[in-house]
Amino acid sequence: MEMQIETAFTLWASLAGGVLIGLSAVMVMALFGRIAGIAGITQGALGGVIPMSGAARDRDWRWTFLLGLLAAPVLVLMAGSQVAQSVPTNLPAMVLAGLLVGIGTALGSGCTSGHGVCGLARLSRRSLAATLTFMAAGFLTVFLLRHVVGG
Amino acid sequence: MRMMWGFLSGLVFGLGLILSGMADPAKVLNFLDLAGSWDPSLAFVMGGASVTAFIGYRLAWRRGAPVLGGEFDIPQSRRIDRPLLTGAALFGIGWGIGGFCPGPALTALPLLAPGTLVFVPAMLAGLWLGAQLKRAPIFAARGAAT
Repeated sequence: MEMQIETAFTLWASLAGGVLIGLSAVMVMALFGRIAGIAGITQGALGGVIPMSGAARDRDWRWTFLLGLLAAPVLVLMAGSQVAQSVPTNLPAMVLAGLLVGIGTALGSGCTSGHGVCGLARLSRRSLAATLTFMAAGFLTVFLLRHVVGG
Repeated sequence: MRMMWGFLSGLVFGLGLILSGMADPAKVLNFLDLAGSWDPSLAFVMGGASVTAFIGYRLAWRRGAPVLGGEFDIPQSRRIDRPLLTGAALFGIGWGIGGFCPGPALTALPLLAPGTLVFVPAMLAGLWLGAQLKRAPIFAARGAAT
């Protein structure tokens, strides 16, 4: 990978951010009775635009949830804070990455939030299997790209 | 009411992603780089989120039904099958290439980085393609109602 930037270990900020993500998952369960999986929420919202098999029908809150997700960085910037970010600049690789993430989370019925956070919170063995699989694939991919191909 | 609470839930999720550093692909890729510049932060994101959800879910389920109507819709499938594992593996490869999973990619969109601007449309196309692929004979559940 062309981009290798050192990042600092942010224990407390990451833990606090994780608690907020968990809180949002609890809100979605307590209010709407649903799993807060971003892939699933996006699929459900997308089902309102193009025909999609298996997409959820309760689209009202899904659309506004996504708007809230988009509003978050805007609010942070308006409050005068920075959002530290470095996104890989290899655009063909990012297209491939996006396609794989989309296909994979649709086929595997969940992403980091759906299987990782919500599934583990439900103690689902199916979600644990998915989480271990995508983590292993992620570790292996970065190892190959950074230390074998790019080494 | 539902729409306002949906917005607030998404906002809390997005603020969590930004505060935790998960919206920064450099941090995600470093978390995945065990043999190199390893940054363990994301383990704490996942830990904090899962433990909070574990406790909160149990409090939410005590009520018997969601606050805004309907019923709890919890995935019933327990099958560890081919679509689950193939999908998770493909997702992990894409995650390792781009450093984005669906939530962070969407929340990073307004920051308008070129990599995000091509990633998100490709991901949306992938979500659609994956939903079609799930019905293909090699992935469709055997004996499931059609």
